[in-house]
Amino acid sequence: MRYQRMLVPVLALVLVMVPATCAQAQGEEVPRGPTFAARALQALIDGIQFGVIIAITSVGLSLIFGTIHLINFAHGEFVTIGATFAFFLNASPAGPGWHLIPAALAAVVFGALLGGAVDRGIWRPLRARGTGLINMFIVTIGLSLLLRHVVLVLYGTRPASYAQYDIQSALDLGPAGITPRDLTVTLLSVLVLLGTAALLQKTRIGTAVRAVSANRDLAEASGIDVQRVVLFVWMLGGGLAALGGVFFGLVEIVTWDMGFKLLLLMFAGIILGGLGSAYGAMVGSLVIGIVAQMSTLWFPVDLQYAWALLVLILVLLVRPQGILGRAERVG
Amino acid sequence: MDFSAIVSDALRSGIGPIAAVYALAAMGLNLHFGYTGLLNFGQVGFMLVGGYGLAITVSTYGGPMWLGVLGGIACAIVLALLLGLPTLRLRADYLAITTIAAGETLRLFYRSSWAEPVTGGVFGLQRFANDFYALSPIEPGTYGVWLVRFSSRDLWVMIVGWVLVAVVGGLLALLIHSPWGRVIRSIREDEVAARSLGKNVYAYKMQSLALGGVIGAVAGMMQAIQVQSVNPDNYDPGVTFFLYTLLVLGGAGRILGPVVGSVLFWFVLSFLDSALRQAIDAGHISPDLISTSEVGAVRFALVGVALILLVAFRPQGILGSRKEMLLSGR
Repeated sequence: MRYQRMLVPVLALVLVMVPATCAQAQGEEVPRGPTFAARALQALIDGIQFGVIIAITSVGLSLIFGTIHLINFAHGEFVTIGATFAFFLNASPAGPGWHLIPAALAAVVFGALLGGAVDRGIWRPLRARGTGLINMFIVTIGLSLLLRHVVLVLYGTRPASYAQYDIQSALDLGPAGITPRDLTVTLLSVLVLLGTAALLQKTRIGTAVRAVSANRDLAEASGIDVQRVVLFVWMLGGGLAALGGVFFGLVEIVTWDMGFKLLLLMFAGIILGGLGSAYGAMVGSLVIGIVAQMSTLWFPVDLQYAWALLVLILVLLVRPQGILGRAERVG
Repeated sequence: MDFSAIVSDALRSGIGPIAAVYALAAMGLNLHFGYTGLLNFGQVGFMLVGGYGLAITVSTYGGPMWLGVLGGIACAIVLALLLGLPTLRLRADYLAITTIAAGETLRLFYRSSWAEPVTGGVFGLQRFANDFYALSPIEPGTYGVWLVRFSSRDLWVMIVGWVLVAVVGGLLALLIHSPWGRVIRSIREDEVAARSLGKNVYAYKMQSLALGGVIGAVAGMMQAIQVQSVNPDNYDPGVTFFLYTLLVLGGAGRILGPVVGSVLFWFVLSFLDSALRQAIDAGHISPDLISTSEVGAVRFALVGVALILLVAFRPQGILGSRKEMLLSGR
């Protein structure tokens, strides 16, 4: 048992470090020590943790698609901005040096305001002009280029960690292990997802969001202020994406292009779940996170994102409306 | 500030080999997006399989170059089939997401340690285009008029590149004005109407995807030849984004749109780069605001702004007609 105790933190470290540093990952083998079952359990735990973080970031992306049918290629940048804004407040030499918790809360508020600002500043005027949807996709690309490179100028290319919770030893869960930090992030993520579901299910604005997603014209005709709902969805999406960015930066590392890497996994998650459905995004993202981590049991770690993206293509072949989507949307 | 150096840099990139490569790749994208209305966000994936198809054949397996070219084209057709089969029956947005994911998946596969024996992994492959340069009739040296100078190597790539642009442009012009071209434009305008006239919309979309993909693969080969190397990190999704920018700038749905767009895009990008660097060196811009190492990022941020403003205020670009480019996507 002694060697297992030592290997678990090593394994956890490899699994956490490797995705962030794909560039250096030159086919390190996962340590051979633990049994396959132990490694599978560890990969499952890491997969769930990764999946709930993707879920937090992708709910907004899916809701935005559900309400205005826009694929927001700039959504990954909200994630990066959340992570780097919290980094600025928390650990940057130029920043105020806040503790990570208030810094994370501030990042969420900033993300929500940014989401609201792009809706009011860009999308609403474009909708008013009657700009076509395909042209709007291209605008999101422009926005993505703009935001990503502004982050690059302000933040730089160097990967960094937050000041708190940086190095921890893993809790021993029998054959597998998880650090208290990762466990907290996972539980908080689940709570946030449950909270979002409750918000959509129980509150007036949540009901309005679901109504607009289901049938925009009907919702508008029954007196729902669609512009307000869309603004709310952008703010919710921006805030959640920023929170996901802080979590992702916490369990892995903060980089200037982290959100863009995550974006493709978010796409995979929301298509798997059913484009436009918030709950579908949650379920799909969880599956994608688990697929990405479990694939490392058989395949090199530097391919783990690739398998997740291949799942997306397979889903489109077999069930294009996704797990929770409705066939009529696909048409 | 040395203004003639700025103009020289800008002109050199505006007509240089890179502009030719991007014009070619954007012509393929124009067939997809401008004429057929397909939202291909993974054109870089076609460039990747083209470049690697050539490099792997020659460098890894020691085959002749013509076989590499055929291999690259075959890879592009296979990729188009793989992408098109699941997505072309679905709404446009599915193709968009799938193509961007496929481009990135390919990049991850080609750079992985698992593929390293064939693709060279993160190191890529080098020096596979000697046969191409051996064909050059141009004596070694530098050539130029006025402020613009090119090495004989670059000049050779440039000539071949722009000749390819002209040939492909001519072929596309013929194709677009043929009955085939009318069908794909009608698919862009109203897919249901095209289907109700008995056209096999799925097959036409697939042909357009494959043909545009092959053009992208040829562009990828020219790019690989120009630098005599392929490296997975040259094929990030950002390349497709730049292709969209120059296509929208020049005018989508116009044969010359990608050409005008590419020349202007590289002219302006290089102009900005050179001017910003000189302004920083001369002290006109404080290094605290933007340092020289950040110039690259600043100009790409400006590309983003330009793209937003273009689509908002002039979606038809320089050459396009507004009536044709009011795509809404179903």
